Amino acid sequence: MATTAEGFDIHTEDHAHEADHKPGFFARWFMSTNHKDIGTLYLIFAIFAGIIGGAMSGVMRLELAEPGIQHLGAAVEFFGGNASESANLHMWNVFITAHGLIMVFFMVMPAMIGGFGNWFVPLMIGAPDMAFPRMNNVSFWLTVAGFISLCFSLFVPGTGPDALGAGVGWTVYAPLSTTGNVGPAVDFAIFSLHLAGAGSILGATNFITTIFNMRAPGMTLHKMPLFVWSVLVTAFLLLLALPVLAAAITMLLTDRNFGTTFFDPAGGGDPVLYQHLFWFFGHPEVYIMILPGFGMISQIVATFSRKPVFGYLGMAYAMVAIGVVGFIVWAHHMYTVGLDVNTKMYFTAATMVIAVPTGVKIFSWIATMWGGSMEFKSPMVWALGFIFLFTVGGVTGVILANGGIDDNLHDTYYVVAHFHYVLSMGAVFSLFAGFYYWFPKMSGKMHSELLSHIHFWGFFIGVNIVFFPQHFLGMNGMPRRIPDYPEAFAYWNEISSYGYVVMAASMLVFFVNIGWSLVAGKAPGKNPWGEGATTLEWTLTSPPPYHQFETLPVIEDHHDYHDHSQPEAKPA
Amino acid sequence: MNTAASLDLDTQRKNLRTGILALLFAGAMVGLGFAAVPLYDLFCRVTGFGGTTQVASESAAANAAAAGVSETMSIRFDASTSSGIGWEFRPEQATDTVRIGQRDIATYVAKNLEGKPVTGTATFNVEPSQAGKYFHKIQCFCFTEQTLEAGQEVTMPVLYYVDPAILEDEFMADVEQITLSYTFHRAKEPETFGLSRDN
Repeated sequence: MATTAEGFDIHTEDHAHEADHKPGFFARWFMSTNHKDIGTLYLIFAIFAGIIGGAMSGVMRLELAEPGIQHLGAAVEFFGGNASESANLHMWNVFITAHGLIMVFFMVMPAMIGGFGNWFVPLMIGAPDMAFPRMNNVSFWLTVAGFISLCFSLFVPGTGPDALGAGVGWTVYAPLSTTGNVGPAVDFAIFSLHLAGAGSILGATNFITTIFNMRAPGMTLHKMPLFVWSVLVTAFLLLLALPVLAAAITMLLTDRNFGTTFFDPAGGGDPVLYQHLFWFFGHPEVYIMILPGFGMISQIVATFSRKPVFGYLGMAYAMVAIGVVGFIVWAHHMYTVGLDVNTKMYFTAATMVIAVPTGVKIFSWIATMWGGSMEFKSPMVWALGFIFLFTVGGVTGVILANGGIDDNLHDTYYVVAHFHYVLSMGAVFSLFAGFYYWFPKMSGKMHSELLSHIHFWGFFIGVNIVFFPQHFLGMNGMPRRIPDYPEAFAYWNEISSYGYVVMAASMLVFFVNIGWSLVAGKAPGKNPWGEGATTLEWTLTSPPPYHQFETLPVIEDHHDYHDHSQPEAKPA
Repeated sequence: MNTAASLDLDTQRKNLRTGILALLFAGAMVGLGFAAVPLYDLFCRVTGFGGTTQVASESAAANAAAAGVSETMSIRFDASTSSGIGWEFRPEQATDTVRIGQRDIATYVAKNLEGKPVTGTATFNVEPSQAGKYFHKIQCFCFTEQTLEAGQEVTMPVLYYVDPAILEDEFMADVEQITLSYTFHRAKEPETFGLSRDN
């Protein structure tokens, strides 16, 4: 493969003068080193993984629609196990595990960082490509291999020969993941995290190098678009957090297979240490999932308000502050392990501090819109939905941050509602906002505004019906991670499951919209969004040339952070 | 590929340096992840975090006794076994009231119900967890592994005292009872790979 790739290099160098020369299908998509092609691959992969992860949540909502266990047995048989009460209950654990891991590692992260990051970081800073194009390719295929390993784990024994899959939750806590799931499924799940983690670390290295070294002349750090800032902060979080996860799950692997006792009290280990290590990774991870979304929302709100973003430096350093503080709040995920009151007090206070930079961001977006010439195009409605719903999730987050209150709400559906408001609505709304914002640029086709708006309203109503009632369920004490519940919880669970149907129907509109626009979409020209869109990607054709910026753009001294327009690219 | 090749040498060199630095950074974080194992262990022992009890020398115990404190503390004794060991394990006394600073002895009884010799090891902590740093053991069956023959029953002592410094801690002011808890596990002979930690 390496030889072929080199041969391919020589081949293209003959045509280096021709910016739009593309290699053949296999070389272009399987040996890709072009940041836009890799970005496209990441996006397709994320959509694919999202369909699988989303289908799993559909099965879960189906099971939870009424009390009792009706459908898990069929799922056990589907994957090749034998239905029994214990196998059915294990199947539930497998679903929550796979849904969580797929959505975090194979949907949100690849889409945000791998997809939009790869596509638009080089374009926005005026770079011809990423710093290490070949490593970029390695990152993508490591992620795919990780996904395959995770899917494979669904079909191999978990707790026994009849109960397949890793039923350990996305947190993979010991001892559930060591003595509780003895089959090889957990090994495959851990291997999947190793692969995806390695891919993300390489990707983070690539972004840091690209952003530090390959900005166009005049593009100082304080003139970079906020999306680039968000990816830079995210890359540092990845670099600091993921290796700790790698260490923790490696220790799990040796505890499972080689007789070490890192997390086994019988040999002097401590299972709580695993939780500390996991959440030292896990908390920054939630910011990894949302920060690029913050960046996209900043671009979109400024574009459709036709105003520079309010408080640019405050916005950039708020993200840095969120990243830094995000590393010292991890134990708020483990208030119930037996922390003393002082420790809980510290983690409560530190957690609440994060509300400050987050508030700076929310209010700055509102201030950006204030007095702006707002246009409610598809990316903007998703961005507004994001701001509203993320704030709802933020408020429940401040409630959960309290060590005392968390004693009651820990591991209830209140927590499920909270993190789905910030992720399944926060992160996912920002992903759709970014998708509709940049789809015309990436594909060279305009999508339908009508279908985008229908998609938005369906999705907005659907996810709120799914998750808002879960606050009530949680406050009434319904525990998460359990497939059955008493009759008292039936009412809101049924409504929650109806919400899933609304959400799923809106996703059909999304796919119709993509299909329709790819076939019949109008050409958007260089900049379909008007004078509010001032970053460098809008100075290029749609789609951009295969190799862009053969002559580097120059950000003149009189251009501030908002205005990166190039002389020849100014609209007439 | 050719975009990379078309970067000037200076940029390529800078990229390589930044990239290697970033990867070294990631490597250092892996190291820190593993270093957390002994560091966490040390942290718990030193600070009594999570109710980790302290180990005291004879002379420290004598000093504590010399403080001549008259206040008392109630101690509750708790015992349990993990699922992997077929032992019966219980304290001989449910509670005891001790003078703070004075050493006291508590006894636990363990009986091996498996039909073969079994080696067990006990984990321990105290509740409330902030009492960990004031609960000192001079001798304890939990310091070493215990081997019981089939059907053998033994009485095992713990020699301990409560540090008089507990009276100065505002977070201990409303604590009237400390629970000392042990859990017996089947001793695991770890394949150490040079990573074993004594307990």
